[in-house]
Amino acid sequence: MLRLSSVSKNFGGLQVLQDVSMTIPGRGIFGLIGPNGAGKTTVFNLITGLLAPSAGVIEFCGEPLNGMAPHRVTRRGIARTFQNIRVFKEMTLIENVAVALGSRRQYGALSILLPTARYREAERLEVEMARDLLAKVGLAERADRLAGALSYGEQRRLEIARALATEPKLLLLDEPAAGMNSGEKQQIMDEIVKLNENGLSILIIEHDMRFIMGLCREITVLNFGSVVARGTPDEIRARAEAYLGREE
Amino acid sequence: MESLENLWATYSTLALSLGTNVLLALSIYLTLACGLLTVANAAFMGLGAYTAGLLTVQAGMPFPLALFCGALLPALVALLIGPPTLRLSGVYLAMATLAFGEVVRILILNAEGLTGGALGLNAIPQLTRWFDVALAVGLALYVLLRLARSRIGRAMTAICQDETATELMGIDVRAWAVEILAMGVLGGTGSPWGAVIGGVLITLLPELLRGLGHYRPLINGVVLIVIILYSPRGIWDLIRPIRRSTQISAAN
Repeated sequence: MLRLSSVSKNFGGLQVLQDVSMTIPGRGIFGLIGPNGAGKTTVFNLITGLLAPSAGVIEFCGEPLNGMAPHRVTRRGIARTFQNIRVFKEMTLIENVAVALGSRRQYGALSILLPTARYREAERLEVEMARDLLAKVGLAERADRLAGALSYGEQRRLEIARALATEPKLLLLDEPAAGMNSGEKQQIMDEIVKLNENGLSILIIEHDMRFIMGLCREITVLNFGSVVARGTPDEIRARAEAYLGREE
Repeated sequence: MESLENLWATYSTLALSLGTNVLLALSIYLTLACGLLTVANAAFMGLGAYTAGLLTVQAGMPFPLALFCGALLPALVALLIGPPTLRLSGVYLAMATLAFGEVVRILILNAEGLTGGALGLNAIPQLTRWFDVALAVGLALYVLLRLARSRIGRAMTAICQDETATELMGIDVRAWAVEILAMGVLGGTGSPWGAVIGGVLITLLPELLRGLGHYRPLINGVVLIVIILYSPRGIWDLIRPIRRSTQISAAN
């Protein structure tokens, strides 16, 4: 599904990633771990088109993604959340999700000026779809609030709902459990499992080892910009503890 | 009735410039609402004004047609310069558009044969009546308010709040920006109403403060600084929370 072949990235003289290869063969939950500064988020930025690789090839469903603009990558079916939450704080939850639904045009620009029945129907449908997605992540009753008024954990869930609105095949989650209490963590783990059961592939960056070990089918370990290990959770656990970072 | 006519005779110019400035403010609202700091809006307005004026004086074109061309030409120019300049963002975009404004100004000043240079265009018949201006303001407001409530408005707000996140929602931010710049030419941030308040105030303020004589520019400046300091997102932002809370309590 997703294949990174010998991908490198430098910023000037600083080599952030060197010769990183990894594959997401098909449906499943996959993990990307490593200490801070190992280049995990850079991998996400390369996949989503925010950065262009200095060398190497990124392929998604057999097509190269290199140099493709972020909005096109999203339309191909890759969605993501952010380590430092980036919801639209001054918009309501419905509006946040509706923005992501909007990339599929259902009506022309003219009907915005002269609202036709079809336009109203499309708008109504959009709000309904947004509500459904919010319900999926357990935010239905807060749909009309401003996103900035949500708690940290809730904003992370809103980001997931917003990502789902783009109808992805592959979802990239950047530290989905950061800053959450154990109850919230369990809740988000259940949600991730459910999303995967519904046919979505998921790649997770996370520092919480119990979280990542409990969810993932395969884990890639990154250190100083290179892949140092790859395997099932058990295999990874058996290898040097040093690669795993801090246990919580 | 007569006193009313006198009042109109005295203040008609003010009323017309009130309307035109509201239009200019609305065009700035549109670009700012997208998070684009462009300062070429006045230059586009000037291009339009010269186009309409020249077509009337030199070509004797009928008024509505001249007006239409006056809107069309700057829109075309915007479509032309939009794609390259909108690769820039933030202060760099402001600088590029500032340069564009200067180019327009210098061109107009030096094309004396066509534009009259520094002396300006003279003897333009005053064909614009108050209801033309009112109609234009009404139309621009209607379009902008409809836009703000639509998907396009949502995308604009999202771009303004976080351009990168918006791109990753599958929205082609640059294509939007070009469209918006072209639209902005035809036309406080956060709401079109804010722009209306701004346009009215900036036109009225010097008139209202006329009694202050030499101190007028001073007070004018103080008013602006107070607004920037205490309500950086404009006067409308002071009114809006009240509206929002009443809407919410009404909804409950």
